[in-house]
Amino acid sequence: MELYQKTAAELSAMLKNKEVSSVELTKAAFARTAQVEEQTGAYITLTEEKALADAAAIDSRRAAGETLPPLAGVPVSVKDNICTKGIRTTCASKMLENFLPPYNATVMEKLDEAGLIMTGKTNLDEFAMGSSCENSALRKTRNPHNLDRVTGGSSGGAAASVAAGEVSIAVGSDTGGSIRQPASFCGVVGMKPTYGTVSRYGLIAFASSLDQIGPFGRCIEDTAMLADVLMGHDMRDSTSVPREYPSLTAGLNADIKGMKIGLPKEYFGEGISEEVSKAVLAAAETYRQLGAEVVEISLPLSRYALPIYYILSSAEASSNLARFDGVKYGYRAKEFDGLIDLYVKSRSEGFGPEVQRRIMLGTYVLSSGYYDAYYKKARAAQRAIRADYAKAFEQVDLILTPTAPTTAYKIGEKTSDPLQMYMGDICTVSVNIAGLPGLVQPCGFDADKMPIGMQLIGPRFGEQTLLNAGLAYEKASGLSNIVAL
Amino acid sequence: MRYEPVIGLEVHAELSTKSKIFCSCSTAFGAEINTHVCPVCTGQPGALPVLNKQVVHYAAKMGVATHCHINQLCKSDRKNYFYPDLPKAYQISQFDVPICENGYVDFEVDGQPKRVRFERIHFEEDAGKLLHDEGEGTVVDFNRCGVPLIEMVTRPDIHSSAEAKEFLETIKTTLSYLQICDCRMEEGSIRCDVNVSVRPEGTEELGTRVEMKNINSFSAAVRAIDYEVNRQIEVLEDGGKIIQETRRWDDSKVKNLVMRTKEDAQDYRYFPDPDLVAVEIDDEWMRQIESEIPELPQSRYARYIKEIGLQPKEARIISDAYDKACLLDEGVSMGRVDSRSIANWILSDISKYLNDKGLELKDTKLTAGKLVDMIELIEKNTISGNAGKKVLVQLFETDDSVDAIVDKLGLKQVSDEGAIQKLVDEVLAANPKSVADYKGGKKNVIGFLVGQCMKASKGKGNPKMINQCLNKTLSQM
Ligand SMILES: [Zn+2]
Repeated sequence: MELYQKTAAELSAMLKNKEVSSVELTKAAFARTAQVEEQTGAYITLTEEKALADAAAIDSRRAAGETLPPLAGVPVSVKDNICTKGIRTTCASKMLENFLPPYNATVMEKLDEAGLIMTGKTNLDEFAMGSSCENSALRKTRNPHNLDRVTGGSSGGAAASVAAGEVSIAVGSDTGGSIRQPASFCGVVGMKPTYGTVSRYGLIAFASSLDQIGPFGRCIEDTAMLADVLMGHDMRDSTSVPREYPSLTAGLNADIKGMKIGLPKEYFGEGISEEVSKAVLAAAETYRQLGAEVVEISLPLSRYALPIYYILSSAEASSNLARFDGVKYGYRAKEFDGLIDLYVKSRSEGFGPEVQRRIMLGTYVLSSGYYDAYYKKARAAQRAIRADYAKAFEQVDLILTPTAPTTAYKIGEKTSDPLQMYMGDICTVSVNIAGLPGLVQPCGFDADKMPIGMQLIGPRFGEQTLLNAGLAYEKASGLSNIVAL
Repeated sequence: MRYEPVIGLEVHAELSTKSKIFCSCSTAFGAEINTHVCPVCTGQPGALPVLNKQVVHYAAKMGVATHCHINQLCKSDRKNYFYPDLPKAYQISQFDVPICENGYVDFEVDGQPKRVRFERIHFEEDAGKLLHDEGEGTVVDFNRCGVPLIEMVTRPDIHSSAEAKEFLETIKTTLSYLQICDCRMEEGSIRCDVNVSVRPEGTEELGTRVEMKNINSFSAAVRAIDYEVNRQIEVLEDGGKIIQETRRWDDSKVKNLVMRTKEDAQDYRYFPDPDLVAVEIDDEWMRQIESEIPELPQSRYARYIKEIGLQPKEARIISDAYDKACLLDEGVSMGRVDSRSIANWILSDISKYLNDKGLELKDTKLTAGKLVDMIELIEKNTISGNAGKKVLVQLFETDDSVDAIVDKLGLKQVSDEGAIQKLVDEVLAANPKSVADYKGGKKNVIGFLVGQCMKASKGKGNPKMINQCLNKTLSQM
C-alpha cells in the first residue's frame, strides 16, 4: 500500500511511531499530486515550499521529544475561499485572482496549532456559488472516478483532492451542500457541522447565515479527527457558539443499537433517481440489521427549502460581495471614466455569470417594494423549516436521505440551465437553512461505477451521533477509504 | 403671508469609546493615515465584526437621559451603498428597531420652555475619509472607519434657527454630562443634517421637506437654516413649488446647492446583519446604565437659580459645563463655605484661567476640597481675597495643599490685635496732618490711613481689622 492510499489516522500512527517523517509524507503527497493533478485539477495554488518547511519544523519538534497533536505532520488541502496570510486566496474568481490576504482565517490558525501541513488551495465554484465546480473562473476540476464527470461543488477541488489521494483530508465549506454534494459525487466523507461550531472568521463570505466550514476525509475517523481540529468557539465570530467541544474522535462508537433513524418520505419520490433511492434505502436496511429502528417520517416543508435557500443566500451574497468594487483590493478595470464606471466595469469584468446572477437576484429580493414579498417571507419560512426539523427530532435521533438526486453528471451537461443546476441542491439546502449538522458518506455505486452518497442529518450539536452512525455503516458496508485514479 | 419654518434634525455624535465599534482598533483622532486599521475595519474579505458592548451602553445612556424607550434586544442591520470611504459597501447601522425610541429634551429659548421630541436614537459605524490632496489620485483614510456614532433623529418640533441652536447646545451639554462624547466640534465629533420645510403660519399640514447635509458647526446650522427658510419662502412667494431634494450646504459661500433629487434617492436595501447576533441589555445592565445618569443640566440650572440665587446667565455658564457644575455641587455639599462664593470663584477666576490657558478643569489639579479650603481661609480672614487668587493658580498647577501654598507664598494676613494696634499707632504717629484732618471732620482720610497701614504691613494686614482699629484709636484720641 502506497502512502497516498493511507488514511489520516494511519498516517498519524506512523508519524507517532516514527515509521515515516512528515517531510516524507509531504513529499509523497506532492508526488501523488504531480501524478494526478493534471487530470483532477483539484488545486488552484500549490504551496510545496512552505509545506516542506512546515513539515520539517514538525519533524524537528517530534525529534526533540515534544508530544504533538494527533494530526501533526499530516498534509491537508484547504478550499480557496479561506484566507491564508500572504498566500493568494482567489475564491476561484478573476476578481481575487491575485489577492493576498493580510491575515489568517481562524481555522488556519487552528490547523497550524494542530501541526497540519497545508499542501495548497483547492478549486471551487466562483465564490462557492455552484454545484459542479464548473463555475470556477480559474481551473477545471474533474471527478477522479470519471474524468468526464463533474466533482460536484462548490468544494469540488477539496473532494477531488481527497478522492484522488492527493491528500487524506481536506477543509471545505458548505452553504447549501458544498461539502456534502461533492463528497457524494466523489465517493468520500464530508461533514457540514452545526452552524456556529466552526469559526467563519476568514472564510470569504457567500451567505453568512448559512456558510459553515467543515472536514473531508475518506473515512469517518479521519473526518472526526479533522472536525476536532476545526470546531470550537471563536471570539472573533459573533455567531460562533460558546460551549464545550468534546473530542468527537474519542467519542466514536459504532454501536448504534436502539438508535432511531427517520426516512423522510419527501426525499424519496419524484426527482430522485431510482439508483440513488435504492442505495440509500439499502443503507437504511443495513441500519435495521445493525439494531437501529428505522421509521418513515415527514418533513412537509421540504419543498419550500430550495426557493428559501436561493432567496436568503442570494440576498446575503449581494451584500457580502459588494465590497469587491475595484477600490481596495482585487480586480480593477484597466480603463474607466469616473467612480461609477470604475464600479460597473470592475464588477462586470471581475465576476463570472453565476455570481452576477446571484447578486442581481439578491439585490432584487432586498429592494424596497420586494423585501416583504421575498426576503421577509423567506425568513419566516426558514423559521417554519426549523420547527419542522425540531418536530422530527422529537421522534428520531437522525434522519437519513440521499445527498443529491443523481450521481455525478457529465461536465457541461447542466451549465446552460441554471435552474436545473439549482434543483441538484434539493436534498442538502434545508440542512443549512435549519443550521443543522449533516454527514455524507459513500453507500454504493451506480451502473456507471459513479459513487452514490447518503446523507445523515442530526439535531443541533448532534455531530457525535452522526459520526457514530456513519462509522457503524462504514464498518458494516466496507465502503471506506476509496481512492480513485 | 407669514410662514412658519418646520425643522427636524439628525445629529450624529461620535462616541468616546477607546476602541472602534466592531474591532479593537483605537478611535484616537489625528493619527497618521491608515494606522488605526485592521482586517475588520478595512472590510477585508472574510473579516467579521464583533459589537463593542460599550457602544450599546453609551447609546442606551443617551436614550435614558432623553427619556427614550430602550429596546433591550438590540439588533444590527446593513445599509447597503457604494462609496469608496465605505470599505464593505455597507454600513452597519440599526434600521427598524433602534436602541432608543420616542424621547425628548427640554430646554429654554429666550427664557421660554421648549421641548423637542426624539423619534429615535441608534448606533452605527462611521465611514472613512477621502483625501484629495495627497498627491496623485484620491487617498482613502480608514482611521475613522468604524468609529462608533449615535444618530439622533428629532421630530419636526423646531421652528427657528434659534431653537435649533439651543437644541444642539442642549444635546452637546447632555453628551458631555454623560461622558460619552468628546464634543470636539473641530474634530467633527458632533455633526448634523437638517430637514427644513415651511408652511403658512397657523396651518398644520407639513410643507415639502428639503434635507441639508455638510453642516459642520452649530453656527453653520443657524446660517444654513436661515438661508433655506428664506429660499423656500422666496420660491413660494414667486409662485413656485418646493422640490423634495437633498442640498449641500456651503458655509464659506453661505448658500446651498442641489446634491440629489428624490428621483435618484438611494434604496439602501436594509436587512439584518447575519454576521452579528442580537445583544440583550438585561435588567441588571439597564439598572447599571440608569445609575450612571447624573443630574442633568436643565435640572442643575434651575437649582442654581433657586437655591444659590445665581442669575440665569450665571447658572447657565456653570450648568453648561459638566465639570464646573460638579465642582460647584461638590463644594456646596461640603457645607463649609458660602455657596455663592464658590459660584463666584468658578464664574470669575476659574473660568478666566481655563479660558486663557485653553484648558478644561479635568486637565488641571484643582479639586472641590481645595477650592473650599481656600475660600474658607478667606472667610476666616486668614488670607485676603487677593491672596486667594494667587493660591488658586497654585491649586491649578500643583498638588500642594492650600495651607502649604499659603505658607510657601507667605500670604497669611496679620490678624493679631496687638500687631495691628502697633501698626496703627505707628502710621498715626507718622501722619499727624491726617489725624488733624480727621479730627477736623474730614472722616474720609480714613481710607488713606488704611492704605498706609496696608503698605506698612506689606499687604498682609487684615484690612477689616485695620479699619476697625483706626476708627477706634482715632475716636479715642
Ligand atoms: Zn479595525
